[in-house]
Amino acid sequence: MSTTETKPAPPPVEKIKIKVDGREIEVPKMTPDWQGKMQPTTMLQACALANQDVPHYCYHPKLPIAGNCRMCLVEFGTPMIGPDRQPVKNEDGTPKIAKSVLPYEPSTPRGAIACATPISPGMEIYPSSPATKQMREAVLESLLINHPLDCPICDQAGECKLQEYSVDYGKATSRFVEEKEHKPKQVDLGPRIMLDDERCILCSRCVRFSKDIAGDDALGFASRGSRNFLTNFPGKKFDNNYTLNTVDICPVGALTSKDFRFQMRVWFLKESKSVCTSCATGCNIVIGSRENKVYRYEPRENDAVNSSWMCDAGRLNYKWINSEFRLTQIKGPKTEWSLALRDIAETLRKAPLGSVAMVASARQTNEELYLLKKLATKLNALTDSVPRTGEGDKLLVNADKNPNSNGAKLIGIAPAQMGSNLPKIAEGIHSGSIKTLIVFGEDVTKCGISADLLGKLSTLIVSDILPNKTTEAAHYVLPGCAHAEKRGSFVNTKGRVQRFMQNTQPKGNARAEWEFLHELVYDVTGQNGFVSIEGLFNQMAKEVPAFQGVTWAALGDLGVTINL
Amino acid sequence: MSFTVPKELETELDELITHYPQKRSASLMFLHAIQEHFGFISPEAMEWTAKKLELQPINVYELVTFYPMFRTEKLGKYQIKVCRTLSCALGGSHALRDHFCQKLGLDSTKHEPQTTKDGKFTVEFVECLASCGTAPVVMINEDFHEGVSNQKADELLGRCK
Ligand code: SF4
Ligand code: SF4
Ligand code: FES
Ligand code: FES
Repeated sequence: MSTTETKPAPPPVEKIKIKVDGREIEVPKMTPDWQGKMQPTTMLQACALANQDVPHYCYHPKLPIAGNCRMCLVEFGTPMIGPDRQPVKNEDGTPKIAKSVLPYEPSTPRGAIACATPISPGMEIYPSSPATKQMREAVLESLLINHPLDCPICDQAGECKLQEYSVDYGKATSRFVEEKEHKPKQVDLGPRIMLDDERCILCSRCVRFSKDIAGDDALGFASRGSRNFLTNFPGKKFDNNYTLNTVDICPVGALTSKDFRFQMRVWFLKESKSVCTSCATGCNIVIGSRENKVYRYEPRENDAVNSSWMCDAGRLNYKWINSEFRLTQIKGPKTEWSLALRDIAETLRKAPLGSVAMVASARQTNEELYLLKKLATKLNALTDSVPRTGEGDKLLVNADKNPNSNGAKLIGIAPAQMGSNLPKIAEGIHSGSIKTLIVFGEDVTKCGISADLLGKLSTLIVSDILPNKTTEAAHYVLPGCAHAEKRGSFVNTKGRVQRFMQNTQPKGNARAEWEFLHELVYDVTGQNGFVSIEGLFNQMAKEVPAFQGVTWAALGDLGVTINL
Repeated sequence: MSFTVPKELETELDELITHYPQKRSASLMFLHAIQEHFGFISPEAMEWTAKKLELQPINVYELVTFYPMFRTEKLGKYQIKVCRTLSCALGGSHALRDHFCQKLGLDSTKHEPQTTKDGKFTVEFVECLASCGTAPVVMINEDFHEGVSNQKADELLGRCK
């Protein structure tokens, strides 16, 4: 198998025994922290292993621990040690547990914050005890004292931890009769972020994210006590490549995305697992849409690719999917799919070998490129993709702005030096040796094949999503799909093969490229393939050496890394 | 607004940094010195401080806004600090502050420090000034005044030229 998924067996893990709600469980003594360094397992992590979720706000597995919200308080005890330094036993021989209590009031349990307290052998944690419940109620009540309770107009409503824990531990009425503290509202924190300080619960997740993940120490807390509020430095815009991640990790509706703000109630969103197409990193995302309109991308955790984050540019690059200019109808002599495909197939079959060339975008999926490659082989066509470069950064953003450059190379559409065949194709058209050009997903007039040159072709077959100079010059335009409207896979910059799922329906008469390509390949080559994306991928994996041993099913939600 | 620090002050501040194992540890003393010189700490001063101490401006901003002793605006020539902690409160310091406000045409219902339009006086509440036995206690700039009655308050105001 050419994947790197088979790793040597990990060394044995040291385990310790503890009790969670009276049930004994063995948990690893050490657990990776936010940076992956091994640290003593915390009570919160141990409880999670025992299927007990401890409510928390400030704790985030991908950020340094702050321990400031106190929501994760739990009642606990440790084995009692006698004056002889020996464990004290109950009558039945079991170790006696000393519950943690207030020193001056031994009848009152003293909780510990589960997010930052390491476990120890024999420790007993009581996440479901009445005392724990009381602690949670008290913390929640205090968090709500100055909260505006504007859920009806809050974008976070429906995915707000304050709402969720209020359902679990909140009171139906407020005992607070004083005037609520008023804080800044509609604070324009930066070009993409709007802050409502009254909703903020001061958990500092956004502060830590900005400082420790994005490397931009830009947020902090001003003033103190109940007037404490989150802010940027006056006049200094909160603007780095990753600001919108703070909106995701903000457990409440304090940080909102200017783009998504007031656009859609989150519970109406239809969500599906996908991959960002804006650069070669291929961050895992969730696409949210309603009534066939895409409203947002959110990052989806994948430690092999993007941790829990994505860049702002990638996140906001979805509007083209909803564009009113989308190509929705076939343009050409035949405007019905089966007739058009047959017509095109006939033209291609008649074309002399070597007179056809193909430019297929490295934004097309592996499956589509594989089918195009079959076509190219049959027609002995010169092929290439179009390199697309921009700025990269140290965290996620790749300088290669194509999501599938590696796929295009592995499948053999693009040469090792992507784009190096483009001048040859231009030359061929110029000299008249190339008479037919197939273009998928690129405006070739932007890369050396001018509209004048296109005019010299006897046949120009183009598939695209939005109109451009190339579609204008085409004899046939086949309307294709955005990734959100189809299934498929990409190979990212590190060789991660990742699949994405369909979220919305194709626009108008448009069809997923792999679907109609499958028909076209059959019409031209007579080779039948698979009509499902699974079958297509698996067939490709058998034929293209780099994918050997990988299956569509094995890709799962997180993908598989292959050797490049 | 441009912000320039006189040479002597900068030399003094540079020397101050050397007293601490880490530059950021000098923050408080650094800010005190700046405030002493300029009377308050402007955003430009905070940015300058951050650069000097190898911090980000937000770090300095958090500190400056945390402590009420640090000022972000120019205050009056005479700063009247009325103690409001327990002994003084019992000794009538709230009424005393009202009196100051009334005399100087300030709004006593406001919580924050207030400065007269001519920039001469600032009146504010502060916490315990450590002379609880002689309540109510007032500080005017660096001078301490004990057992301040309304009459004494008027006298004190009269002495401020
Ligand atoms: S804005 Fe949100 S993430 Fe930031 S401190 Fe407030 S509640 Fe936490
Ligand atoms: S880093 Fe690349 S893949 Fe990730 S969100 Fe940004 S553009 Fe998309
Ligand atoms: S989660 Fe906030 S203190 Fe533990
Ligand atoms: S209470 Fe006013 S000086 Fe102590």
